[in-house]
Amino acid sequence: MAEPSGSKGATAQPDATPVLEGRDLVKRYGDREALRGVSVSASRGELVAVIGPNGAGKTTLLSILAGIQKSDEGSVSRAPAEIGWVPQQAAVYGKLTVAENLELFARLEKVGDPRAAVDRMLDLTDLRSRAGDQVGQLSGGNRQRVNIAVGLLGGQPVLLLDEPSAALDPRQRERVWEFVLSLAEGGTTVIYSTHNIQEAERHAQRVIVLADGELIFTGSPSGLEIAVEDGVTGGPPRDFEAAFVAFLRQQGH
Amino acid sequence: MRWLLLKDLRILRRSPLLVSLLVLYPVVIATLIGFALSRGPEKPQVAFVNLVPESATQIELGGEEVDVTRQAGPLFRAIDPVRVDTREEAIAKVEDGEVLGALVIPKDTTRKLQAGLGSAEVEVLYNADDPVKSSYVRDTIKAQIQDANNALTKQLAKAAVEYLNLIGTGGRFEIFGRELDVLGLRRAEQLLRGSAQELPQRSAAREDVERVIMFARLARDNLDLSDEVLSSVGTPISVKQTELDGGATPLSSFAVAIAVTVSLMFITLLLAAGTLALEREENAFLRLVRGLVSRTELLLEKAGLAAVCSTAVCLVMLAGLGLFVDLRWERFPLWVAGVGAGALAFAAMGLAVGALTKEVRAASLLCVMLSLPLTFLALVPSGSVSPLLFDVVRVVSAVFPFKPTLEALDSALNDTGDITAPILHLLALFLAFGAASRVALRRFAG
Repeated sequence: MAEPSGSKGATAQPDATPVLEGRDLVKRYGDREALRGVSVSASRGELVAVIGPNGAGKTTLLSILAGIQKSDEGSVSRAPAEIGWVPQQAAVYGKLTVAENLELFARLEKVGDPRAAVDRMLDLTDLRSRAGDQVGQLSGGNRQRVNIAVGLLGGQPVLLLDEPSAALDPRQRERVWEFVLSLAEGGTTVIYSTHNIQEAERHAQRVIVLADGELIFTGSPSGLEIAVEDGVTGGPPRDFEAAFVAFLRQQGH
Repeated sequence: MRWLLLKDLRILRRSPLLVSLLVLYPVVIATLIGFALSRGPEKPQVAFVNLVPESATQIELGGEEVDVTRQAGPLFRAIDPVRVDTREEAIAKVEDGEVLGALVIPKDTTRKLQAGLGSAEVEVLYNADDPVKSSYVRDTIKAQIQDANNALTKQLAKAAVEYLNLIGTGGRFEIFGRELDVLGLRRAEQLLRGSAQELPQRSAAREDVERVIMFARLARDNLDLSDEVLSSVGTPISVKQTELDGGATPLSSFAVAIAVTVSLMFITLLLAAGTLALEREENAFLRLVRGLVSRTELLLEKAGLAAVCSTAVCLVMLAGLGLFVDLRWERFPLWVAGVGAGALAFAAMGLAVGALTKEVRAASLLCVMLSLPLTFLALVPSGSVSPLLFDVVRVVSAVFPFKPTLEALDSALNDTGDITAPILHLLALFLAFGAASRVALRRFAG
């Protein structure tokens, strides 16, 4: 497994102390092993992308880190309540307004001052002008921002995002990423899974590559390109996506 | 849990069409079922031809003038008569489907009744397009003609008794405008006794006269019994009705119990299943159970919401029905207990449906698909199917909340028995369906 020599920072340089660790995680569905002894960690303010082909185990890994599923083996350093989680599809109520959704989850999270938390999130998501609109009437991008804001209500230091920009148009995607990057700049550790290789290269300081439930690379995007150049083609790949595909092939996937 | 409850109420408030349908649909269905069960078919239209001349509608029986047309009164209360003049016209109306049947009274009916020689005959024609209505018409006319027969038989028996009394005791009798003095057996016996005294003792003539006297006394004694015998001919079998089981629930009150149970079932099932499935449909379920609320708390919240809302609607419905049907308000606490226990059991069943289906539309469809057969199964009367099939029906009905809810409500509304057993049954179903829904909820994580 290749190890990174450094990281390509899109945001502030993270603190090296891990705020979240998953050790030797194994998950089986019957005879099939969805995760095979995967260990991951992330530091404060770090942006980590989990990439891999379909069925690689990305969503399973994030679900276990978030406490949605239990692993068959291994451990996670933080309790679910200490981790913010944003599912791929917006997990908010379409018939409630933006503010009502935020207030409901703030109260369920037992946030000290729910109304202040709602105000803070409305400012953070730039949705104050839409606070009274029902979420079902919002665009996909705005709905995803509400979804992320709900994941942040508890003020947890770690945020897990499962394919946050899936099904969004480029403009909406851009708005979501502006928001996520601002969170990381504020010190929140963000781990996200994505199918969009460019998104991983562009925003992540570190990428974790999964294939068939195995962790086959962890390091910076540039580190992945170097690994491919050294190991397979003998020359530089034309872009990060080509490097990623070549790396998978090099690893036998 | 309070915030989840408020959230669900807010969502319901913002879905006025859904809530209106949720309340109105079961109430309309329940009312229709109630009416269907508490009211017989409408009066069938029957063509009626009376060919008896107006001058011959009265006959004399036992010295009394009897107007035969008056015997048609009860029949006309049971049918909607369409009077026509001829038999052909009546047949045409039946064939055209204008009426379901025709009743033809031939012109010689009263003459035959008056003569007392053989039966008078009426003719009934049916339209068999609708087997149910045809059967109803046939049975109605048959029953009414049977009543008329009974009335005439009594009149004939009375006339016969009077004739027999005349033979026994003698008296005056009018025939063809002439009044006759009938001697009668009693007076004949007295005359014979007087004559016998004047005949010599042990003479053959006196012995013959005394034999005739003995016969006259024997005949008179037996004729005294004849009026009782003839009275029993009019009604050889009378019916004494005794209700052994099920109390004496008026049909209208039982229909109220059915209507409320149907409404309770629809509202509770749809609310519980829908609100739970909505959590999955909105993807909020996994977010909620990640430490915000436990799965059991979530189920209890949905069950509580569905049970409280449906109980409130059904109690209002009962109050409304109470304006039209005589209900015993002093039993109100038992109404609440019956409706509440039923609502809890239906809510748990709704949760199981919601957990299995995961989608609001699929949950609603399954609720409706389950509700109707359960209703009809619970209403299958004993004796209408084979004993084995009825046992199966009873077991299936006992596994779902409709039947025990109906029993609890019937007991609460009509005092038909102890309400404790059906309430305990419903609480057991609440626990069983609650456990099933808790297991089925695992599907939500997938």
